[in-house]
Amino acid sequence: MSNATFEPRLVGFLCNWCSYTGADLAGTARMTYAPNVRIIRVMCSGRVDPQFVLKAFKEGADGVLISGCHLGDCHYKEGNYKALRRYKLLSKMLEQFGIEKERFRLEWVSAAEGIKFQQVCNEFTEQVRKMGPLNLSPNGGQHE
Amino acid sequence: MSNAKPKVAFYWCASCGGCEESIVDLAEDILKVVAAVDIVFWPVALDFKKKDVEAMPDGSIAVSFINGAIRLSEQEEMVKMLRRKSGLVVAHGSCAHMGGIPGLGNFWNKETIFRRAYHTTPSTDNPDKVVPLEKTVYDGKELTLPSFFDTVYSLDQVIDVDYYLPGCAPPRDLILNAVTAILEGKLPPKGSVLSPNKSECDTCDRNKTKPEKLSIKEIKRTWEIILDPEKCFLAQGVICMGPATRDGCGHRCINGNMPCRGCFGPTDQVYDQGAKFLSALASILDTNDEKEMDRIVQSIVDPAGTFYRFSLPKSLLGRKRMETIK
Ligand code: SF4
Ligand code: SF4
Ligand code: FES
Repeated sequence: MSNATFEPRLVGFLCNWCSYTGADLAGTARMTYAPNVRIIRVMCSGRVDPQFVLKAFKEGADGVLISGCHLGDCHYKEGNYKALRRYKLLSKMLEQFGIEKERFRLEWVSAAEGIKFQQVCNEFTEQVRKMGPLNLSPNGGQHE
Repeated sequence: MSNAKPKVAFYWCASCGGCEESIVDLAEDILKVVAAVDIVFWPVALDFKKKDVEAMPDGSIAVSFINGAIRLSEQEEMVKMLRRKSGLVVAHGSCAHMGGIPGLGNFWNKETIFRRAYHTTPSTDNPDKVVPLEKTVYDGKELTLPSFFDTVYSLDQVIDVDYYLPGCAPPRDLILNAVTAILEGKLPPKGSVLSPNKSECDTCDRNKTKPEKLSIKEIKRTWEIILDPEKCFLAQGVICMGPATRDGCGHRCINGNMPCRGCFGPTDQVYDQGAKFLSALASILDTNDEKEMDRIVQSIVDPAGTFYRFSLPKSLLGRKRMETIK
């Protein structure tokens, strides 16, 4: 499959209070943007267990996005700082598994930033499209 | 047949021999076990052959204790045979349970492991560049060797497993409890890990020294500081897998003033031990400053190898992406 025709499958974990509302705004404002991000709403970016990210990659995601409120604006005060610390450590670990850090992205999108959400989706889709499919065997380490 | 003693088999795959040792270490208790059962196969100690097992009717062995990970085709063949012949299969020890230390080979593949082992280690003297081949013709005769997989597997990734005895190696009381439970037919549900389903921290003496809110500013390796013999390792900034590890080992490492490395695997509530520990560790790094975060993360030298020391094959990702291995 050439990268030009390859449609990346992206999973996005969006916090309920800012980013999901931001994505909603992009929708109600009828902005057009790459439809590749499959959105999963979570209460807070700090709720994203690293196991969710690994599972998404394992089940066929070519890229994973976590999006939360801007630092200082988290509905639960510090959830997004926790997300940021996990993101940094997990990115480093993913590289040890051969999953490039460009496939894993953390963004702060507020409820008013429909345009930013649009940009993030477009950029991330193009970035992963250039990288090509991740091709993890769906059964991970399972013996054939 | 009704008075016949239950037949038991022991087998080893990709392992260090420590799990065999754990059986011998039952000392006089092994004699009670030996008196109660009929050991029909145990390559490390008794002279039975593969053909002896092949000749037994399917299902005739009450239980097979299998240790070690699966790395070679021969191991796959043997465990598949033992599965057919056995009523129960117990994965004995971390390697059978989760892949264990040999499972760290999943950061590489056959080609890179062979290159290292047979060509580039400083102690290798191999001018003819000989490597083991699956087929060699010598003197008109064909010699064969098992094939070496690119990936190491836990036992349950190759055959159906009834119970797991965790640990590197499993401690004596857990083995004896398991054997007794099997002999008395008082077994927990199939698939159980035969060790308490709580975390190492739950019963750790050092837990009371843990501050209300753990916060780490600096990660240190065990040799970089003098380890306090009573204080929680995490509170000392030393990585201890206790929070993400199942209880039941008797805190062997911690009592020896070494942090837990995670050989018992996760509790039932967790699938991926490494990710769970990563999550816990990142949460207690005490900074909201990005540069500081980068610095601390930098100081964790080998997160994947540390967090998945015993569980890489059984983790969600299972192995490093094949096409990125050079
Ligand atoms: S982190 Fe380690 S030392 Fe601290 S309480 Fe848990 S098991 Fe004990
Ligand atoms: S302290 Fe941890 S690594 Fe040591 S034996 Fe117990 S579970 Fe295994
Ligand atoms: S609620 Fe949005 S990041 Fe915590």
